[in-house]
Order: sequence, then structure tokens, then C-alpha cells
Amino acid sequence: MHHVVLERWSRGASPLHRRDPRAKFAALLVFLVVLATAHRDLPLLAGAFLLLLAATLLWARVPLAGALRRAALVLPFTLLAAALCWFGGDPARGLHLVLKSYLSALAVLTVVSTTPLPLLLRGLELLGAPRFLLMVAQFLYRYLFVISEEAQHMRSAAASRGFARRSGGFRAAAGALAVLFARSYARAAEIHRAMLARAFPGRFHTLGALRFRAADAAFLALAALAPALIRAAIERLA
Amino acid sequence: MPRLIQVHNLSFRYEDGTPALRGVDFHLEAGESVALLGSNGSGKTTFVMHLNGLLSGEGSVEICGLPVRKANLPAIRRKIGMVFQDSESQLFMPTVLEDVAFGPLNLGMTREDASSAARAALDTVSMSAAIHRAPYHLSAGEKKRVAIAGILAMNPEILVLDEPTTFLDPPGQRALAELLARLPQAKVLVTHDAALARSLCTRAVFFQDGRIAAEGPVQEIVNRFGWDFAGEPSKSAQ
Amino acid sequence: MGVGVHIYDGFLSTPVWAAMDVAAVPAVGYMVRRAQRQFDESRIPLLGVMGAFVFAAQMINFPVGIGTSGHLVGGALLACTLGPAAAGVVLCAIIAIQALVFQDGGILALGPNLINMAILGVLAGYLPYYLWGGTPWRKFAIFAGGALSVMVSAILALAELLISGVPMSHSVVGVSLALFLVSALLEGAITLAVVQALEAIQPGFVRQPAAGRSFARGALGLAAVVLAAVGFLFASTAPDGIESLGHATGMDHVRRLFTTPLAGYQLALYGDPWLRKTAAGLAGIAIVYGACLLIGRGVARRGRA
Repeated sequence: MHHVVLERWSRGASPLHRRDPRAKFAALLVFLVVLATAHRDLPLLAGAFLLLLAATLLWARVPLAGALRRAALVLPFTLLAAALCWFGGDPARGLHLVLKSYLSALAVLTVVSTTPLPLLLRGLELLGAPRFLLMVAQFLYRYLFVISEEAQHMRSAAASRGFARRSGGFRAAAGALAVLFARSYARAAEIHRAMLARAFPGRFHTLGALRFRAADAAFLALAALAPALIRAAIERLA
Repeated sequence: MPRLIQVHNLSFRYEDGTPALRGVDFHLEAGESVALLGSNGSGKTTFVMHLNGLLSGEGSVEICGLPVRKANLPAIRRKIGMVFQDSESQLFMPTVLEDVAFGPLNLGMTREDASSAARAALDTVSMSAAIHRAPYHLSAGEKKRVAIAGILAMNPEILVLDEPTTFLDPPGQRALAELLARLPQAKVLVTHDAALARSLCTRAVFFQDGRIAAEGPVQEIVNRFGWDFAGEPSKSAQ
Repeated sequence: MGVGVHIYDGFLSTPVWAAMDVAAVPAVGYMVRRAQRQFDESRIPLLGVMGAFVFAAQMINFPVGIGTSGHLVGGALLACTLGPAAAGVVLCAIIAIQALVFQDGGILALGPNLINMAILGVLAGYLPYYLWGGTPWRKFAIFAGGALSVMVSAILALAELLISGVPMSHSVVGVSLALFLVSALLEGAITLAVVQALEAIQPGFVRQPAAGRSFARGALGLAAVVLAAVGFLFASTAPDGIESLGHATGMDHVRRLFTTPLAGYQLALYGDPWLRKTAAGLAGIAIVYGACLLIGRGVARRGRA
């Protein structure tokens, strides 16, 4: 499944992997804003940004072709929107749309492929995002594939019994979902029992605080300046 | 010196009124290992959940002399550690280390102490290499060992294991048996595995319809109730 | 497609995504605080696992004719089993994971996506149940909740794209709306079918609408959300869209709501047509947002957690 690849990439040991997730996320935001607010010379800017991200991915020892392919997941939808713009008489907007959304996805991927998700969530918490929400996301991610596998098994079991394609199929699917819902609820109860059995006091404690080091500050400064300078240079020279 | 576990006349009904336990008496001495045998639905799991206050019925349950009451639960859950049947629901934190440290942190240890306790426990179960791995990717046997480590890190006096060999292949079962044999804590072992019961436990109790029908040496109980699948059909006595 | 219509980075104009990112912060914060009041930290795993359920639910196909099938989107289902605030929090987590891990939706676009789907979509999905869940109209309420949750999120997304200047002729908008309607009806049917199947397994899963609820406020809230979404859409298309709607249906109050105050506003402050449209659109969002704040404050406390 998709995420397995991402998990593997995110547990690498490059210098970028070792940077504080807060620095990486802040740098990502700067990049995205610089990209989103750009309106001039976009193809040139896009090319430069693509090189910047590719260089970053290579430095992080993340498989470049794999990353480029994965970012292309956005293309089916964005190309459709671009076609809409083309027929609507604004092909330039269509091009901008495709370039910006692809580069955004690639930029996000650069962060997520070098930061294990729970660590990224902890960084977001320290940046001020609501802890309750982030912990829900953490548990969601933990059990995402467990529940998906259960759904997969139910689907295979149904298929092997010759799933009807009429309204019987609709009712059966609803029944399957209800069962999956009930199983998920039951699993949540099991998790709760396991928490209580280990003396859960009502509030989660975290093991590690994050340490923002000089290297992180240097990375952030560099990563924030680079896209801004590139864009300024292109808009001045082009 | 009070007994580790002292249960007198424990009864419990489910929400719909069906009786699950009918006047169960049970005790556990220091250093003892007792096997709980019996059919599915005979009350074994329901019974053990009364030992750490996950369920609450009529009658008396005392752990190391402490009555199982809301006020005593934190202390009781420190003394009695429970390993549930499904490790997937027990290892709910993002990484192995964070999960094993969950208990120690709940007991009020500092981050450093909790981390050390976790590492020591993982060493005991030979899972030190997995410290930063995500539980989802571990094998069933590895998950079980990490779950046990999560309990050991809290330094309990009693280990309760609910059908620990479920999901394990024969080598996994053997490794688990060897691990459990090394652990000095008193144990309550809910199991269908007569061989495991024989190798680890001095005594067995047989649950039937919410009561303890018989108690005695493991082999005697196994023979009496035909609880051994050794390839030869045994007479199922009543 | 996931939980609905996800907007990617690069689609929306800067004032739109920036304003919605800013608006999303207090909105999400408010919803999280409400959820926390009903569900303490020990319920976090439940919300997480139910979020995982929604993801996994995409794998179950609901056959609807030759070769096509639909999937559960889930906002309304979560709302009537977990309550609207918790459902909203779960959807926020889902949308965030989708954007980060699956590149499904943008990061700067998180504000619009969260507001469209996790906040307003969930609210629109819950209000019919809140109003009619305890009456003989229950089945209709559940169906309507499912349909509205999809319809409202989709309309809002469409409107945001329009005011950002994505060129869509009236016929394209019409076709999109028709497609959304089909999705919405399907979601309604699926939500109803799943709720019924759930009740067959265990009635306790689906909450009873809280006693002491205020019908008037709920009805007002529902009307406000639906009208505002629809009105916002028309405000974001050419102004004469509103005129023709007003004439065709006699809904003059819609016209008054959106054209007159905004027209004066536009003429007074902005000469630029693009800015005019954006301002009108953003004002529409603000109306919907304000309506929801009021609904959130006024709606009766939920029952048990």
C-alpha cells in the first residue's frame, strides 16, 4: 500500500531526516506561499522550483523517481481542472494550476518522506495545533491499515461468495459497513481497556520533547530564503 | 503476607442479565503460576478482567491485600499487569519505545526513567532492536513480546496473560513459552494450549458456565476434561 | 476522491485560501474544544479508530447500476453516531492525513477543505437528524443529512473555485451541480442503509437526538447553511445569476440578502471587478461562518458522550 513506501522513506538517516520537524514544516509553508502567490513567469519558476525540490530529495536520499511519481497522484484531478480552464478560454490559468499543484504535492512529499508522521504531528503540536486533534490523527494513522485490512478481507470474502450486483448488493454492502463499524468500535473498546490496564490516568504523556538546534535554525533560514530569492531573481531577470 | 490474589464468591452479570460468573473463588500465591482452562464463553476472560478492575461484580477481589475499588485502582494496576489476546489493540502508540514507556509514564516516572525502564523491559524480551519501529509492521510474535515488555516495564508482581499463543506459529509459541518461563512474576494464564499450561503452571482451574468446576494439577485437569488435542481423540469426560 | 471534493494548492486565489485558512483556525479550535468537553482524552482512540473506519469504508462498493458503484463519504454517519463536534474533529484528522500522507488535497488549501467538509459539511449532515431524528421522518432525516453533507461541501468548493476565477460557464456549473446532486443522493441512500444495518446490530450506536433541543434554532441553522451555500454559489457567479433565480422562483429575499447590501459595498469600495467578486464571495463565506457560530452556541447540549 502507498503509505508503506512513505514509512520506509521517512525512516532514513540523512541530514534532512534529522532536522526538527518544526523547521521542515515552517520551510514548507514558506515555499508553498511563495509558490502560491506567484503569477509571473510561472513555467520558469516552476522549473527552478522543481530543480530545488529534486536537489533536496537527492540530498535526503529519497528515491527521486518514486517521489516524482507519487506527487503525480494529483495530476488526474488537476489536469481535468486545467482542461476546464482551457475550454473556458483561460489556458494560462490551467497551466498555472497544474504546475502549482504538482509542485505543492512534491514539496509536501519532501517533508513527509523525511519525517515519520507521529514526529511531524508532535512538531505541529509544538507549533500550536490543537493537541486533541493531533492525537486523534495519530491514532487514525496507527489503525488506518489495520481497519483497511479488515475491510479488504471482508471484500475478498464477499467476492469469493459471488457478490450480487443488484439491490441485494447494496444492502449487503451496507451490512458489511455496519459490521466494519461495529468491529472498529469494539477495537476502540479493546484499546481503551488496554490503556486502563496500564494505569492510564486520563491524560496522555509524551516521551520526548523536541530540541531545536542551530542546524535546524540554519536549515530553516536557508530553506525559507531559497524559494524567495529564486522567485525574486526570476521576476527581475526574466 | 497477604496472598497475591484472593477472590471470594465473585459473581457478575452482563448488561442484558445473563450471568457470566457465579460465585467464583480463586487464589494465587507468590511465585505461583496458574492456568485457567475452559470452553470459550465459560467466563475465563470475564473473570480476569475483574482482577484489575476493568469489570466490577459482586463478591470480593483483593490484590496483594487491596480490595479492588476505584480508589485502589492505580495501585492495583501497578501490581497486576495484563497482556490481552489481541496485541494490535494493546500496542496503540506510534513506536515500540513509546508504547512500552506508556505504563511507566502513567506511573509518574520522569521521561528519562520511563525510557530506561522501557529499554530494560525490551531487552528482557529481546526486542531492543525494534525500539523505533512502528508496531503495525511487527510480526505477531514480536508484537506479543513488546506487549509483555509494556507490562514488565511497570514492574508488576502478577502477570495475567489472556490466550497469549493465539496468532502465534509453533516457533513463536515455543519462544513465548521460553520467555514466560524465565520471568519470575506469578502468573495467571488463560489458555487453550494444554502444553503451554503444563510447561508453565503448577496448578489449573477449569471454568464451566461461570463457575470453577475443578482445580488441581494441570495434567489431572487436562485428562479429566479431555482438554488435550494430541492427535489422539480423548474421552471428553464431564 | 475520498471524503468529498478536495481542493488542491494552486486552484484558489490568494485572498480566498488565505482568508479561509485564517477563518479555519478559530472554527476548528472551537469544534475541538466542544468535542473535548464531551469526549475526554480516553476517547481519543475511539475517534481515531472511527477515522480509520471512514478511510477503510472506501473499499466497500455500493453497486448502483451497470459498472458503477458508490462509496460512503461518512460525514453524516459520523455525526449521528458520534455527535457533530466529534464527527467534525474526526473529519479534520481525516482531511489532514489525506493531504499529508496521500497528497489528496493541498496544504494551503486545508482551510477551505476543513471548512467545507469538516465544519459546514458535518453541520449540514447533522442538522436534519437533529431536527427530525426523533420523529416519524427519521429515515428522511438521515437520508437528507447524508445528501446535504455532500451537497453543501461540494457547492462551497465550487463557489470557492469560481470566485478564484476558474472559468466555468453556466452550463459547466450546471453539469457539476447535477453530478454533485447524484453523489449527494447516493450518499443519502448509503448513509441511511448503513444506519439501518447498524441499528440491526446494536441500536445503541446511533444516538438519539438530545432531548430539550431547540427546533427553532436547528431549523434556522439548517435553512441558513443551505441558503447561504446556495446563495454563495450564486454570488460567485455573474450577478445576473441571482436576478434570474429571483425571478424564476420568486425568492426575492435571497436577492436582497446577497445583491443589495453587497452591491452598495462593491460600488462604494471597489472598482476592480475581480475584487468585487471576491468580496462578494468572501462575504458569503462570512455569513455562513457566522450562521454556524450562532448555531453552535445556540443548539442544545448533546446527550451522553
